[in-house]
Amino acid sequence: MIAPLASVSLLGTTALLFEAPGELALASQQRIWSLAREAQAWPEVREAVPGMNNLMLTFMQTPRNEAALEALEARLHAAWDAAEALPLEGRVVELPVVYGGEGGPHMADVVLHTGLSVEEIVDLHSTPVYPVYALGSHPGYCYLGGMDPRIATPRRKVPVLSIPGGAVSIGGAQTGVSASAGPSGWNTIGSTSMSFFDPTQDPPAMLQPGDMIRFRVEGIVR
Amino acid sequence: MIEVLSSAALATVQDLGRTGSLRWGVGTSGAMDKLALAAGNLMLGNETNAAAIEVPVFPFKLRFGEDCAFALTGADCAARLDEQLLMPWWICQARAGQVLTLGLPQGGAQRGSRAMLCLAGGVDVPEVLGSRSTQLRGAFGGHEGRALRRGDVLRAAGAGRTCRTGFGLVPPALALPLQVDGVPAVRVLPAAEYLGFEEASRAAFWAGEWKITAQSDRYGYRLAGEALRPIAAMEMRSHGIVPGVIQVPHNGQPIIQMRDAQPSGGYPKFGTVIEADLWRLGQAPIGSRIRFVEASWDEAVAALDEVQAWLDKVRRIVDLHRSSPRRD
Repeated sequence: MIAPLASVSLLGTTALLFEAPGELALASQQRIWSLAREAQAWPEVREAVPGMNNLMLTFMQTPRNEAALEALEARLHAAWDAAEALPLEGRVVELPVVYGGEGGPHMADVVLHTGLSVEEIVDLHSTPVYPVYALGSHPGYCYLGGMDPRIATPRRKVPVLSIPGGAVSIGGAQTGVSASAGPSGWNTIGSTSMSFFDPTQDPPAMLQPGDMIRFRVEGIVR
Repeated sequence: MIEVLSSAALATVQDLGRTGSLRWGVGTSGAMDKLALAAGNLMLGNETNAAAIEVPVFPFKLRFGEDCAFALTGADCAARLDEQLLMPWWICQARAGQVLTLGLPQGGAQRGSRAMLCLAGGVDVPEVLGSRSTQLRGAFGGHEGRALRRGDVLRAAGAGRTCRTGFGLVPPALALPLQVDGVPAVRVLPAAEYLGFEEASRAAFWAGEWKITAQSDRYGYRLAGEALRPIAAMEMRSHGIVPGVIQVPHNGQPIIQMRDAQPSGGYPKFGTVIEADLWRLGQAPIGSRIRFVEASWDEAVAALDEVQAWLDKVRRIVDLHRSSPRRD
């Protein structure tokens, strides 16, 4: 959904969700990174967590009443209006992907939804260099920007109970690679191998917002 | 040393949760019933955040290899220390060699679903990213990053410590009851996509009973009830979420995110069960029914205060017991 205006909504008494207006785009995401950096310094904020064209703020102290909540929301809107793009340029990581077959069980669903052939989907998916917009979902998982809208495919009606680590998948207009096995509502079209997370390292995640991923076609299985 | 004698799956080491690593994709984990954890720890003179063993499947058995005080909170599971029947929400002293057995939760419709076994000094496992909670998805934290199994050996950090035992607490299910028409209830703050659902669906959400299906666990509770229909299909961009968020996938059957929830998601959000009531859900058994009550912001904040006031009261009661002259 493309909202014309920025909005703030509640995630219980635990957090606020700020959603930026407009399309998902690198320039807008760079403003999200900038907003995250600023909000992280506010005393009410435990953690500022960038999402895809949005930002979650978890509370260090829950605003004590509606007036305090509204004041925080107003501050967030003002900070967004003032936020300038924060260009982060990280490293480029290449991941070899086997598309389709056992490692890509939902390729058929993407074919069905897009009306494209497997080759066309693989070609469109492996062409861009994808900037890491945000981390989320599970330890080390990267949300990527820049997917070709022609291969966008809605999330599955019912989430799959477990997909393996290294699963390359499409959910709506986004694509990503799972860092470990677990449930997912996305369509898995291929698989790769890469270690994305090590809790003994600082930072524990291998990739950060601003880094980039390129998918190299290692094979296509039918 | 404490040895797990039972193969009962899904018991995990948990503290109050891992905050501050959401930006790396790391969810909070933590006890499903934080009141049971905090109160059990207070009884033992531990930090409220000390790690304990959360047991969701029964029977569960373990043997104490050394003397150790423990508090058993959460579900009343007809626990026995060797042959001695134990009171729920009670602090006890185990002697080396004694076997603790947790049976099926009892209490009819009021029964809980998870026992919390707190140990003197807390379960001694390393802190990972600031917490001792088990991160099942990331396979780190807790005991070797996984659920416990038969033969595992754990250590209580304060096993040798002298500790006043032999007293108990009134459980929060009795002290802080919340029901609607005789059905356990939790309070909800509407979330971003609430108004994107049909009016009839919104009415049905508040009026209906929701069954907690067998596909429910520490990650989330999948509910069954009248399908919630969006006015128009909503395809969201991935965004941060927290435990308590009620997502509605395309089939219209809501999923409540629980403590092992992902830190982000993309399904439309109907509302969020308030943090102050999440312990109630943590104790709701599979197959049971729950109701939802709409809360305002101020009511949700007041509910947090109420939980804090209960814990403060527990602290005072425990202080009285610990400072009173010994009778044994």
